[in-house]
Order: sequence, then C-alpha cells, then structure tokens
Amino acid sequence: MKELIHRLGFPRLIILIFLICLLALAVYLKISLSDLVTDMLVRFGMNAILVLAMVPGIQAGIGINFNLPLGIICGLIGALISIEFKLTGFLGLFVSILIAVPLASIGGYLYGKMLNTIRGQEMTVGNYIGYSIVSFMCIFWLLAPFKSPELIWAYGGNGLRVTVSLESSMAHVLNNFLAFNIGRVTIPTGLLLFFALLAFIVWIYSQTNKGLSMKVAGSNEKFAISNGIDVDKQRIKGTIMSTVLAAIGIIVYSQSFGFLQLYNAPLYSAMPAAAAILIGGASLKRANIVHVIIGTLLFQSLLVVALPVINVISEGSMSEVIRVIVSNGIILYALTREGGKAA
Amino acid sequence: MIVPIIFLIICIVGSFFTGLPFSFLFDEMVIRLARNLVLVTSLILPVITGLGLNFAITLGAMAGQIALIIIANYSIGGIKGFLLSILISTPFAILFGYLVGKVLNKAKGKEMITSMVLGFFANGIYQLIFLLFCGTIIPIKNESLLLSTGVGIVNTIDLANIKYSLDKLIPITKYPIATLLVSVVLFIFLHFFLKTKLGQDMRAVGHDMEIARVSGINVERTRIISVVISTLLAAWGQIIFLQNIGTLNTYGSHEQVGLFAVASLLVGGATVEKASWKEALIGTFLFHLLFVISPLAGQNLLGNAQIGEYFRVFVAYGVIGLSLVLHAWEKSKSKTKLGEIKE
Repeated sequence: MKELIHRLGFPRLIILIFLICLLALAVYLKISLSDLVTDMLVRFGMNAILVLAMVPGIQAGIGINFNLPLGIICGLIGALISIEFKLTGFLGLFVSILIAVPLASIGGYLYGKMLNTIRGQEMTVGNYIGYSIVSFMCIFWLLAPFKSPELIWAYGGNGLRVTVSLESSMAHVLNNFLAFNIGRVTIPTGLLLFFALLAFIVWIYSQTNKGLSMKVAGSNEKFAISNGIDVDKQRIKGTIMSTVLAAIGIIVYSQSFGFLQLYNAPLYSAMPAAAAILIGGASLKRANIVHVIIGTLLFQSLLVVALPVINVISEGSMSEVIRVIVSNGIILYALTREGGKAA
Repeated sequence: MIVPIIFLIICIVGSFFTGLPFSFLFDEMVIRLARNLVLVTSLILPVITGLGLNFAITLGAMAGQIALIIIANYSIGGIKGFLLSILISTPFAILFGYLVGKVLNKAKGKEMITSMVLGFFANGIYQLIFLLFCGTIIPIKNESLLLSTGVGIVNTIDLANIKYSLDKLIPITKYPIATLLVSVVLFIFLHFFLKTKLGQDMRAVGHDMEIARVSGINVERTRIISVVISTLLAAWGQIIFLQNIGTLNTYGSHEQVGLFAVASLLVGGATVEKASWKEALIGTFLFHLLFVISPLAGQNLLGNAQIGEYFRVFVAYGVIGLSLVLHAWEKSKSKTKLGEIKE
C-alpha cells in the first residue's frame, strides 16, 4: 500500500479518491454517466493542447510558462482575422492556425530573449508580463479595425464583442470530424486525433538530438555548457514552442467551446493548464506527454463530475470554488517542494 | 528614481487633459492616501527581509474582512466597532501570517510567485467558508447577512455602522485627520522598529541569508516574524480601507489588494529589494492620481472612457511586470560581473 501511494504520489491519490467519491455520488444521484463521459472526453480534448504547451517550457528550464496568455492572444488574433475574412469550417480553422503560428513564434522569440536576462525569476515575471499583455490587448480589442458584424457590437458600443460566437464559422469542426457514438457516449474523434498529432510531434521532437539538447539545457545548465550546447538558444526554442502550442491550443479550445473569449478572459488561463500538468505528475523541472494526458484527464474529469453533483447538493458556484482550491493548491504544492521534485 | 518621475510626468500631462479642478483632485488624493497608506506600508518589511513583494497580503485583508463580518453579525457600530474589528482581526492575521511565513520558508527563491498562488488558494478557502459553511456549520445571527437560501454570506455587506468611524474621529476639517495620523504613527514606528535588534536582523537576512545564519540569526524565525507583521498590518489596513469605502464586497474586496498595493509601492520607486515609507507615500500618491485621472483623460483624449479604465489596469500590471524585469535583469548582470572577477 505504501509502495502504491509512493508511486502514485500523494496529490494524485487524493484527487483520484475525490474523483471516485464524486463519481459514486453521481451514480447515486442518477446523473447520466454517458453524458458525463462525453463531457469528459470533450473537455479533455479542449484543454489538452494548452496543457501540452507547458511541456516544452518545463523541459527547456523556464519552469511553468505563466505567460501562456501571450500565445493565447496570438491564437485569438488568428481566429479573429479568419472570421473577418468570412472563412468557415476547416478552412477557417487552418487559416486561424496559419496566422497564429508565426505571430506566436515572434512573440515567443522576444519573450524567450527576455527570459534569458532574468534567470531564476521566470515564473513571477512571466505571470506579470502575461497580465500586462492581456490588459494591454483589452485596449487593442477596443480599437482594432475589425469590420465583420460577427465581431463588433451590433449597435452602439466600441470595439470587439466580449464573446464572439463561432456558430457561423468554425464551431465544433474538430469535435464533429469523424465523431461516432458508442452507446450513448459520443467520441469527438477529430479533437482527440488533433491532440494526438501535436502530442506525437512534441514527443518525436524530444527524442531527436535537438530535443535532447533542449532537455539537457533545462535539467543541468553546467553540464549542457560543457557539452557545447547553447543554453540560451535552447531556452528560447522551448519558449517559442510553448507559445505556439498555446496559440493553437486556444483555437482548438474555442472551436469546441463555440465562442472566442476576448478582453479579460485569458488573464488566468495559465493556472488550470499549470495545475493539470502538475496533477499529472510533472514537476517544475520535469514534464512529458504522459503527465499531460493523466493530468488533463484527472483534472477535467474532476471538474466535469463536480459540476452536476454539486449543483444537486449545494450552491452552483461551489464547483468553481473547488476548481480554484484544487488548481492553486497543486501549484502551491509543487512550488514548495525541495529542488523541484515531482508533485 | 526614474520610475516616479516618469509617472509624475504622465500624471501632470494627464491631469491637464482631464480639466478637473485642482481642489477636487487634492481632496480626492488626501482621501485616497488616508485609506491606502497602511495597506501599502504592510509590504515594506518583507521586502527588507528579502522575501520580495508579499502578494499574500491578500490573506491579511481576508483577516480584516472576517473581523468586519463578525462585527456586522453583531451589529456593533461606531469607533467601538472599529476598534473591536481591529482586535478581532489580530489573532486571525497572526495565524495567517504564520502559515504564510511557513510556506514561504519552503519556497526560498520563489517567494513572490508562491505568495501570489497562496493568495489565490486562500481565496478559494475563503469562498468555501463563506459560501458554504456560513449558515450551515457556522451559525450567523444576523439573517440579513445570509443569502436568500440561508446558506452563504451575501455579496455586499453594508458597513454603514462603522463608516468613517476612524476618518471622522477628529472632526476638525473635512479631511480624515485621524486616519492620516495613524499612517504617520505607523511610519515612525517602522522607522524605529528597523533600528531595533529584530529590525537589524531582518536587514541582515534580506542582505544575505547564509551570512545572517552564520552570524547566529535564526533566519527562518526572522522571516516568519516579518511576514506576520506584514499580514497584521494588511488586516488593519483593509479595515481602515473599508471603513472609508463603507461597503464590503465579500468576495471581491480583498482580491485586488495585493495588486494595487504592490503597484503603488513600485510606482514610488521601490524595488524587490529596497523599500521604505518614502516610496510608499510617493507611490500611493502617484498611482492613485493616475487612477483618478486616467478614465477622464481617456474620455477626453480618445473619446472612450473605457480605454482609460483598461489603461489603468494595464499600468498596474505593467509597472509590476516592468520593475520585476528590470530588477531581475540588473541582478543577473551584477552576478555575471562577480563571476568574471572570480575567474
């Protein structure tokens, strides 16, 4: 038993037990399990790429990338431009990604450059740089020269809408791609395949020479230098990858959610992603695809199951409270571990 | 001193465009200084002790609000109610400060990000207690404090009972003389406190933890005491703040406390390692001047008040981000210089 707890890790054990209790309650309260599983799969696919964005950052040694909003903003701009040109369906999705990726690469490059001058304070600084960018972009959303009636307020009011509906453009294109039912559970095949594709690319990359040197630079700087690895360059590379993944991640998230959320919505977006990968067993220095999958599945399942169960037994805002406590609790746990051991 | 000068210029130019009469601005600034100074001052000791900016003063603010809710429950008003709430908040603040100090001792080198996440985490617990436990586990006498369901505290609590109880204690002018006096006394206390053995220990720990340890200072204990005092001042500061505002936003009043206090201190020219009452005073003045004028300046300059609103949020985040970047940058530069000398 002790062995099992040790291998599983204390936080994962607690969350697993909590999840099982909630599931049992859900069965007892006669909440449809197949609906829950469908939701779990969708929520997993929606969030997994944003969580995946944490991996290159941690591997390259910049820790948790609290500046995820940077990539998210790039993704939002991509999606907005594609809607402005009235692109729909898969074309809209791919054009969004096509516009977002170079933007995110430039942003990630500049941010990575900056991170190299502030070693050791990446997380605190990243957090506030992220907040600054989000609040600066609030002004941009107000002034941006978009014309499409989908994007701006119908009458009166300045600037872009707070939430932009994607119903007439690219809502659910990935979710519905090759989707099929098992019993009453719907499998969002396209969504899961797309995540699998990106995860596969990240995994393959980490197996190549270049990926390995990035990992070495992240885990042991001195050793990396003595092996002739340019640590600064590797860190920039990790930051760019993380930012690009965040940009793609928000586009996939939004098409599944059905809305683009502008203004202050991206402010705290790094928190759930950070929490998910840490729940999956990553630490501030070590992360891989398995952590992403386990973490996102556990964290999102918890949220999906908690919502209806708690709605029945108590106030509606309780599931939000649980989300806040669990996600910040796990980040806190990881931050206070000696030498960045696994959470 | 470059930061306060830049802000002074922005403020002067901005106030030119608002067209507000000087007397209005002066009154507004006196009131804002009175209600914010104690909160901003609460940040100084952790900076001196080397913990950086203590974003976890949110917990202090919560302690203050807990006391105010208890006061409201028994409908105690006037200066008696005010003093009683100060008294009640004290044990809570000391307990919270002790816990924060314990956690931050486990996260040396990452104190700022940890204190921030700790603030979010505590906010979750706070919501759990006041949304779910109040009215069920914790009995509430005053039913007007409870939501219509009988569980959970209402979103806004009217503090009319203790409104202006400190501000108008010395009713000589229309200005809050007593509150300003409290701030001055606090500054003097802080000045002499830093000359005591404990104050000197804090400086030593802030300067170099290892040297302090070798010279026989109990580093962990000193850091905890510093955080406890900070949290305590934040609790009292929040009560002073809210007796001026007059309404307690149960789930929101504490959220921005850390952000605005930290931004104020930094605008005054403080850094992560250096802060005193002067920076607190200058910074609070400049930051709140900007706060007052930016919506109007935005309205008059760009024809949109919302731009000004977003601009001041951007300034709050941006000034924190920028000063963290500059500080970390200078630190890493001086580190490499030291490294070169050693070789």
